[in-house]
Amino acid sequence: MKRFLVSLGLSALLLCPSMAMAKDLTIGLILVGPYNDKGYSQAQYEGGKYVEEKLPGAKLIYLDKVNPADRPGLTIPQVVDDLVEKGADLIIAGSDDMKDGIREAASLHPDKTFIHVSGDDVLTGKAPANLGNLFGRMEYGKMMAGFCAALTSKTGKVAYLGPLINEETRRLAASAFLGARYAWTEVLGKKAEDLQFKVSWIGFWFNIPGVTTDPTQVANSFFDGGYDVVISGIDTPEAVTVARQKRDQGRDAWAIPYDYALACEGQGPACIGVPYFNWGPSFLRQAKAVQDGAWKQDFEWNAPHWADINDHDASPVGFMAGEGLTAENKARLDAFVAGLGSHEINLFKGPLNFQDGTVFLKDGEKATDEQVWSLPQLLEGMEGQSSAK
Amino acid sequence: MPRNLWLERILWILAAPLLALALTVLVALPSGAPPLETLRILVLGGLGSMTKFGQVLTVFVPLMLCSAGLLIPFTARLWNIGIEGQVVLGAIFCTGTLMPVDQGGPWHIALALAAGMLGGALWALLAGVLKTWGRVHEIFSGLGLNFVAMGLTIWLIFGPWKRPGVASMSGTAPFDPSLWLDRMGRLASSWTALALACAGLALVAWLLLRTQWGLGLKAVGQNPKAARLFDLSPRRRMLQAFALCGALGGLAGAVQVLGVYHRLLPSISSGYGYTALLVGMMASFRILPVPFICFFFAVLNVGSIQLPLQLNLDSSLSGVIQGLMVLSVFITQGLRSWLIRRREGC
Repeated sequence: MKRFLVSLGLSALLLCPSMAMAKDLTIGLILVGPYNDKGYSQAQYEGGKYVEEKLPGAKLIYLDKVNPADRPGLTIPQVVDDLVEKGADLIIAGSDDMKDGIREAASLHPDKTFIHVSGDDVLTGKAPANLGNLFGRMEYGKMMAGFCAALTSKTGKVAYLGPLINEETRRLAASAFLGARYAWTEVLGKKAEDLQFKVSWIGFWFNIPGVTTDPTQVANSFFDGGYDVVISGIDTPEAVTVARQKRDQGRDAWAIPYDYALACEGQGPACIGVPYFNWGPSFLRQAKAVQDGAWKQDFEWNAPHWADINDHDASPVGFMAGEGLTAENKARLDAFVAGLGSHEINLFKGPLNFQDGTVFLKDGEKATDEQVWSLPQLLEGMEGQSSAK
Repeated sequence: MPRNLWLERILWILAAPLLALALTVLVALPSGAPPLETLRILVLGGLGSMTKFGQVLTVFVPLMLCSAGLLIPFTARLWNIGIEGQVVLGAIFCTGTLMPVDQGGPWHIALALAAGMLGGALWALLAGVLKTWGRVHEIFSGLGLNFVAMGLTIWLIFGPWKRPGVASMSGTAPFDPSLWLDRMGRLASSWTALALACAGLALVAWLLLRTQWGLGLKAVGQNPKAARLFDLSPRRRMLQAFALCGALGGLAGAVQVLGVYHRLLPSISSGYGYTALLVGMMASFRILPVPFICFFFAVLNVGSIQLPLQLNLDSSLSGVIQGLMVLSVFITQGLRSWLIRRREGC
């Protein structure tokens, strides 16, 4: 009995320090583009770095450019095998493109935790128990982008440089359109039919020469066609680069990049502002939960922190104004953001029709999360393809 | 004297890797990469664990199939650069065969593999017909057909084979797991694929070294006019060589679809066709070195992910090393034959 008590005490002593200290946690991050793309992937990379900084014991390992064009022959399950071998406990896959691969990898490694950013396997019931979904409600960011675009445009022609077509990209393009229409009709008091909103899709999240349409060319043709504001929906900053070139030629041209908080830096008045992801807080919450053994599978779709959408420690989605936004429009934007935050302004509210004229929302009807998440078509008033031809 | 000769031969064989090593060091130094460490990480990255070994095999199989295939037309001195497109067509035919079914079994898989071979062979025959009847050099037609194959994939993915409501380069909807190739336990590779690669190599070796057909093909390569006089029907043989090579390339494409990606995507060939051309050149189109070079290239290919993971280097460095190796073989071979000619001249 005595011996038993002694050994119990000893083992308690041995166990205690390891319980008191934060457990080591390695986060394996899979980025679709380069970690320094000044866009989608860099935002995630910095989110990972944020966790490393804030969470004792956390370590970040990552592999970037994980797409079949940049790394031929590499599959997501292979990358995951490598990350697990390097000690990853939590694996975060960054892109919608990785949906099938990360599901397969999660079922091959049931003892690790997986997060698929932008996916919806938890909603659709396809996810194994160790795979969760996480995304920011970028709809709001895109509404702000559209809002600023319509206020800034002199021609009333706003263009959207779209990536590939799926539910996510349709919903984001539609949100930008709704924001633009709101500014056009409610703030400027103009007629809805005088606002032109055109979407062109390039086929992927970034330019793959020979495979996608070249975003630089698409942006150029927008400006040449009289569109003076281009909202970017792709991961890389071509739109704002082209806008700057056009301005250097003495023309009115603006762009709204996407994804990365500092995307407007150094772009001068060509850049109106940027809706961006701030992954740090959400990644930190997930990592903490895994570290504490309290992680639960969930479909997390996080709204901006309305008290301050640019709070680096709290808001998953923000909008950083650029030099191209006038002081007057900045004040209008602040009022718009306040309205969205207090839910006084709800842009996904009827009457709204789909692009083909069928009814999406009846008069006064508000869209549910599911309806917004899986938007089957673009909206009436938008020009461009709703799905593949 | 024979002993000296052996020694000399071994020295020459060693010269190529040594030169490659020296060139690698030269290339790696300015990019800030520790050269020996880089090589160590590359090799360990491919062979460090069973998981890695499994990944190496998944690269080895299509590379081996393509490289073995390329030996056939090369025996007739034909450069089937269109192998890349033949891999893609194999993948397309394979995907097309399985599109109508939701689930399946071994018979579906076998049929899809056969369809892949057919697709590759037909695409290769196009280049072959252009060569034999149209007098278009196979390098130009092959390269052109590669681009067409790429365009065809993109059109299929965006058009008839798109996922519902989606237009994305990320590929067609994945097949049901019942239509995937088997896996070696938890490893990424598959026994079936490995067996196919070995069978492909054995078939090519037998055809080229042990049959009259292979001998005739060689004659066609060395002197087509004489071959015609000796009634060896060079045109037919050339077409057969193209078709066989295309079939093996198509099989590689089918393996990529069924065993690796489980769907069709734009870069389904992973560039293995072009890499196989490098393998062939490095082996001087002899059979014996081919599997070893393929394996080594597969190791480099898989290990290359470790460069960004461990050294923060761009993984394209491993491609540079592959290229340097081929170059080194050329340089040492050229030097050797130049020395021999000079010695004989004196």
